[in-house]
Amino acid sequence: MLSEIFISALLVIGGVFGLVGSYGLVKLRDAMQRLHAPTKATTVGIGGILCASIAIAWLERGVASTHELLITLFLFVTAPVTANFIAKAYMHRNIEAASLPQTETSCGWAGYAPPPGENEPPSGDKSN
Amino acid sequence: MIAYALIFAFLCYGIGLLLTLWRIATGPDPADRILALDTMVINVIALLILYGMWQGTAVYFEASLLFAMVGFVSTVAYCRFILRGDIIE
Repeated sequence: MLSEIFISALLVIGGVFGLVGSYGLVKLRDAMQRLHAPTKATTVGIGGILCASIAIAWLERGVASTHELLITLFLFVTAPVTANFIAKAYMHRNIEAASLPQTETSCGWAGYAPPPGENEPPSGDKSN
Repeated sequence: MIAYALIFAFLCYGIGLLLTLWRIATGPDPADRILALDTMVINVIALLILYGMWQGTAVYFEASLLFAMVGFVSTVAYCRFILRGDIIE
């Protein structure tokens, strides 16, 4: 009975956070703000569902299964990379280089200025 | 009780899938659409795991792992295409 309550609580928490993540994607005003919402679904939502899956296999069927952790690990590793790429794609299309603050280092913003050690941007690079 | 919680989680992620679909259809910028596609992949992974729990099998974990990998690669490829005009330079 206690394990049922535990598994059900994990499922409900995961479901609520997944819904909050997708609702924030619709609700928030700006693309940069919208980057914030789905991180809840990625971490707590999927994490809760996977913990419930591990708990069901262990407490209800007596099987210790750990391959759910692979999905959690993969999502946790790839989520920051994805968010960085999406933010850079948005900046590339919508934000002028002149409106950005100074980096106060020898090289400029990534994606706008050439990387350190290179004097010219690569030939395929669009300048904006 | 677990069955009711499973149905609740199914409903949550199903509604979330519809909300991301709305954002893909109306998103003003390609970055919004990429983000919505990424969230859609997350929702589908959750639905697959929930369905595996509903059926009581472990077959769907491989499918959800594949979805996670393909979703990551497709998101990065789409962003690369917008940033550089090419995927593999």
